[in-house]
Amino acid sequence: MTDRAVEDLLRTLAPQVLGVLVRRYGQFYACEDAVQEALLAAATQWPTQGVPDHPRSWLVTVATRRLTDEWRSEHARREREVAVAVRQPGYAAVAPPADEEPPSGDDTLRLLFLCCHPALPVSGQVALTLRAVGGLSTAEIARAYLVPEATMSQRIRRAKQRIEASGARFTLPSPADRDERLGAVLRVLYLVFNEGYAASSGEALHRVELTGEAIRLVRELRRLLPDDGEVAGLLALMLLTDAHRAARTGPDDELVPLAEQDRSRWDRAAIDEGIALVTEALTWSEPGPYQVQAAIAAVHAEAPSAATTDWPQIVALYRVLTRIAPNPMVTLNQAVAVAMVDGPRAGLALLAPLDADDRTAGHHRLAAVRAHLLELAGDRVAARAAYLAAARATTSLPERRYLEVRAARLTADR
Amino acid sequence: MKYMLLIWNRPGFVEELSEAERTAIFGEVDEIMKELTESGELVGGEALAHPSQTRTVRPAAGGTEITDGPFVESKEQFAGYLTVDCDTPERAAEIAARWPDVRHGFGVLEVRAVMEQAGTEM
Repeated sequence: MTDRAVEDLLRTLAPQVLGVLVRRYGQFYACEDAVQEALLAAATQWPTQGVPDHPRSWLVTVATRRLTDEWRSEHARREREVAVAVRQPGYAAVAPPADEEPPSGDDTLRLLFLCCHPALPVSGQVALTLRAVGGLSTAEIARAYLVPEATMSQRIRRAKQRIEASGARFTLPSPADRDERLGAVLRVLYLVFNEGYAASSGEALHRVELTGEAIRLVRELRRLLPDDGEVAGLLALMLLTDAHRAARTGPDDELVPLAEQDRSRWDRAAIDEGIALVTEALTWSEPGPYQVQAAIAAVHAEAPSAATTDWPQIVALYRVLTRIAPNPMVTLNQAVAVAMVDGPRAGLALLAPLDADDRTAGHHRLAAVRAHLLELAGDRVAARAAYLAAARATTSLPERRYLEVRAARLTADR
Repeated sequence: MKYMLLIWNRPGFVEELSEAERTAIFGEVDEIMKELTESGELVGGEALAHPSQTRTVRPAAGGTEITDGPFVESKEQFAGYLTVDCDTPERAAEIAARWPDVRHGFGVLEVRAVMEQAGTEM
């Protein structure tokens, strides 16, 4: 088996093994550490010594051994210190051996809900999900998020401590909480995807492939929750967005806007899958924000060229989106679509209230969209000023470069 | 999102403090650094040597000119920085507000967002 195949196998097995341990022994914190150690042991041994016949049982056995070693030394330490140490009894006695249990998809679901628990800050939810459910090592996650390994290690430790302190259980959320908790899981997976999608190609060389990891986890989630339209919608949205990847940057890593992308470089297989997914989901599911965003991406994907985009259809979809999930960032994109149908002045009118909204006032995206619409309206002076305002406000180097080039183009052509 | 917290303070202010005051301030710094380390927000940081040890390099006729002393002639000088990775800009400002230089009036902190290599097409 290649290193890559071993890696894929380990990532698939990671949540299953952790699920077995947590169900058997409770103590999420210690079990997660033990599974991580077992994964590291397998990653070094399997490529050279071969994959064992029952890889999942192998991991459960090694992780359990780590866990009991840890308990023994912890127990000895406490004996020395306090002389009294009472262990949580019972779990091991009732659980059947790991190799007799089928892998439980519910375990993966429970883990996702636990890692995206509301007691955690978003950065903690993301890090813990990638490690406990995605099976990534702390070093890989640290590289992906461009922070030192010690920083990421602490972030994961803190997240696990918060889960323990919150008293969260290894169970599925109650029906009353389910939608909100699933919303948090989808948000975390979408954040992971976006982090990977925005990475420059230079960075991507050294970073674990976050878009692929996010897509893999949403696929798994969809297998577990086939009746959830938003899970299907998010998967479709990710596929349709990721399909642009080869066309979204030029030879020098410069950003290429959607309208100017070479559509022959879009990934047709991903587009076809995304369109099929969202089309099917919308036939039976109440439309949620991810499905509608995927539907918008599908309309763009279906146009053979930017000029043939079905903008009235996109405007109609944005109207649905602002109704079910009102958000000023959605209004920004809606303004672009409205401008393409009713002219740039109509789009600019939609932007006006966003200057008074704390979430968008002074945001580089607002200035960038305004600049684009002013340029369409032929107001070159104001467009240039807005591009420069956007360039000053962004914290992304490629975005700043793109915006400065747009501004400079307006100066040079005058 | 990463932020660099730039510490600007009056050079030599530490010399005017009593031993107890000095210990208390270093204790406050240790406490914040410990908290940031444990929360997984601390990315890095450095303290800089006294401004008198600075050399400033400027363009000059036919090349460059190197002089002793800092570029900016102000009461407060750049003394060091820490880099944090936080969920919100408000959190970065909150960390800055707790830094002893601000709390005891020895200086100010600037919170500057760090540019990323990542970006999304528009």
